[in-house]
Amino acid sequence: MATATIIDDGSASGSPRSATIGETSTKSGADERRAGWWFSAPFLVLYLAFLVGPAIYGVVMSFSNATTLRPGLGSAAGWANYREVFASSEFWNSMGHTLWFTVLTTPPLVILAFVFAILADRLRHGRGLARFIFFAPYVLPVTSVTLIFTFLYAGEIGLIPTIFTVLGLEPPNLLGETSWAFISVAVLTVWWTIGFNFVVFLAGLQEVPRDVYEAAAVDGAKPGRTLWSVVLPLLRPTIVLVVMLQILASLQVFNQMYLMTGGGPGTSTRPVMEFIYDSGFSDARAGFAAAATMVYFFAVLVISVIWYLLRRPARKGAGG
Amino acid sequence: MAMQTTANAAPTRSGQRPLTRRALLTAGAAGLAGLAAGAAGCGSPVERGLLGTGSQPNSLVYWNLFSGGDGENMTKMVNNYSAAHPDVSVQATVLSWGTPYYTKLALATAGSSPPDVAVTHLSRLSTLAGNDLLQGFSADQLAKAGMPAGNFTPAAMQKSTVDGTIYAIPLDTHPFVMFYNVDVCREAGLLGADGKLKPIKGPEQLQAAFAAAKKVTGQYGAVVAVTNDPSTNWRWFATLYYQLGGQVMSADGPDVKLTLDNAKAEQALGFMRQLTASGLMPGTVDGAGVTSLFSTGKAGFLLDGEWQIPTYANTDLKFDVVPVPHVFGPKPVAFADSHALVLPRNSAMDDAKRALALGFVKFLLEDSLVWAAGGHIPAWLPVQRSKAFTSLTPQSNYVQAALTAEYDPPGWFSGAGSQFENVVGAAVASCQNGSASPAQAVQAIRSGLQPYLDAPAPGT
Repeated sequence: MATATIIDDGSASGSPRSATIGETSTKSGADERRAGWWFSAPFLVLYLAFLVGPAIYGVVMSFSNATTLRPGLGSAAGWANYREVFASSEFWNSMGHTLWFTVLTTPPLVILAFVFAILADRLRHGRGLARFIFFAPYVLPVTSVTLIFTFLYAGEIGLIPTIFTVLGLEPPNLLGETSWAFISVAVLTVWWTIGFNFVVFLAGLQEVPRDVYEAAAVDGAKPGRTLWSVVLPLLRPTIVLVVMLQILASLQVFNQMYLMTGGGPGTSTRPVMEFIYDSGFSDARAGFAAAATMVYFFAVLVISVIWYLLRRPARKGAGG
Repeated sequence: MAMQTTANAAPTRSGQRPLTRRALLTAGAAGLAGLAAGAAGCGSPVERGLLGTGSQPNSLVYWNLFSGGDGENMTKMVNNYSAAHPDVSVQATVLSWGTPYYTKLALATAGSSPPDVAVTHLSRLSTLAGNDLLQGFSADQLAKAGMPAGNFTPAAMQKSTVDGTIYAIPLDTHPFVMFYNVDVCREAGLLGADGKLKPIKGPEQLQAAFAAAKKVTGQYGAVVAVTNDPSTNWRWFATLYYQLGGQVMSADGPDVKLTLDNAKAEQALGFMRQLTASGLMPGTVDGAGVTSLFSTGKAGFLLDGEWQIPTYANTDLKFDVVPVPHVFGPKPVAFADSHALVLPRNSAMDDAKRALALGFVKFLLEDSLVWAAGGHIPAWLPVQRSKAFTSLTPQSNYVQAALTAEYDPPGWFSGAGSQFENVVGAAVASCQNGSASPAQAVQAIRSGLQPYLDAPAPGT
């Protein structure tokens, strides 16, 4: 139910209602609108004060030599910050790390969540228990999760290196070597956040009417065929939503990277969010960090728009 | 449910709507005003922060970054102050260590609502002082407040002074030191008749000592954190590199120059790599692993900050602490940093308040025997030379390290928990774990620091 509402953007449910009001009385319609603004006012005030305002201030800041060490914006910088961002290999490396993390985490988080949801949906008994088991890690705070996985990964004393040693193998340097560090954090992220996608998929699967399955069975479709030709098309809006949310979530990686590797070894796993944090806070270069933020924001915006354009046919298909 | 509410609300609308709304708003405003008034009266840190009211005449706002054992000791000292000065209320606020703390301190000061007294690392001082965030003092002013400059560890006092003005009052020196497991070293024949570690000098003796310890433990001779701990990597490297007489950077105000000596850096890194490559020390261990290996007797020596003493003090482990041996160079050098107390710049602070704040600082200095329990060497000489401290072990063993202390290099991106430590420490780690040669690590230090050398210093 929840997924359907988000996908349809309210266009289906919103328009008929407003039409009815318009017919009954124009005055009450205006009243309604005015009341609507009043009811939205608390939200709008907060939205303007804490989102739109700071965002605009951030744009202005990106053209200045602002620092967290002095009040105000400091001297004007023109495009210097942007030139430095575009020329900074550290920035583009960190963008690459974020992208690589997204590539590493999105497929397993979508595919595994889907597979687990299909399996859980087939359960006759204990579906609630399965849902709980998969969702439970998602509830844990990031600090607890990273602590657990640090104990698993840590060199010399961790569980996984110990298993390697017991088997007579050379244990990999799971957090101290770049390629392993990415995989280690990706595995943590999959374990930690798969529950959310799983629950969304499960909800989507339960939306599929039982009689569709029955009809497919009566027509003699095998389970694989039912899944491919019946369930997948019906689940398409949910899949589109999960992939989009997952890409956006992975592009925003910061916490688990920061806590597990600190972007290390060196800056070789540092995600772009940490680059911005380091520039803005550790180095106190707020103007430069704001410029980096704007470039990053633009990149995420482009990805979102491309995805939006790609999924438009899907929406038409679902709506039609 | 939602529909029903709307339907019920509709009839009332035509009636007394404006009045009701106004009444409601008035009541709400009055409520808020009352809340604000009440908050101003109580003055908890949160409310003061939200409402921006300054501290009261007879109260002090004190910020620090101490948790764990240090946090407990600092709380004890503040409580001692409060007990001795019942008329003064001290609001001590603990913020998280490193970048978050320094960001908040700078922003609060820039935003004209700083704490009255704050803690800083001396390695961070030049950036704070250079951006005009601290109150400076002349030696005379401090002497009048009962704190003559001659009463402090000279190395720390020198680091507190920028262009002839004293910006910080040093509380301690906390050097990078060497811990040893007493039982392991006794079995390895490394202890003298007095039960203390026999002096170790030069690279061969240090390697021999680690090898002897390794024979006893069956695992490692010594241990130092490599993985995910750039600061410790930097400290261990800096100890050896400084002993060789090396310098990393020099600064003239905001202008920073790299003065890294490739040959000396490679020599220090080569020695460190030799220790891990030969299996005397592990090359891929993180902080938790270090604690585990040393506390369970799987490593005879530990290279770490003396602030780790509380970590091992509560275990069954019998250990002692000495300065890192004099491995290279003509004279012993220890890498260290210092905690110091500063008065952030504050136009609202009058002389009476300043005197109160300095009195508080002086009390903490005189009470710093409590602070020494955390492993730190008091910078206040009357305490450092007192009978009570000289009989305190293991702290009194490494007072020498405070006297020969060298700090992080100057520069706006340097200091405790800074990007400088991250960049250099990461390169050092890559050498220690064998993924880079010493020459490659030196190159990584150079290329890693280059963007910072090219970038304009903040506030210029």
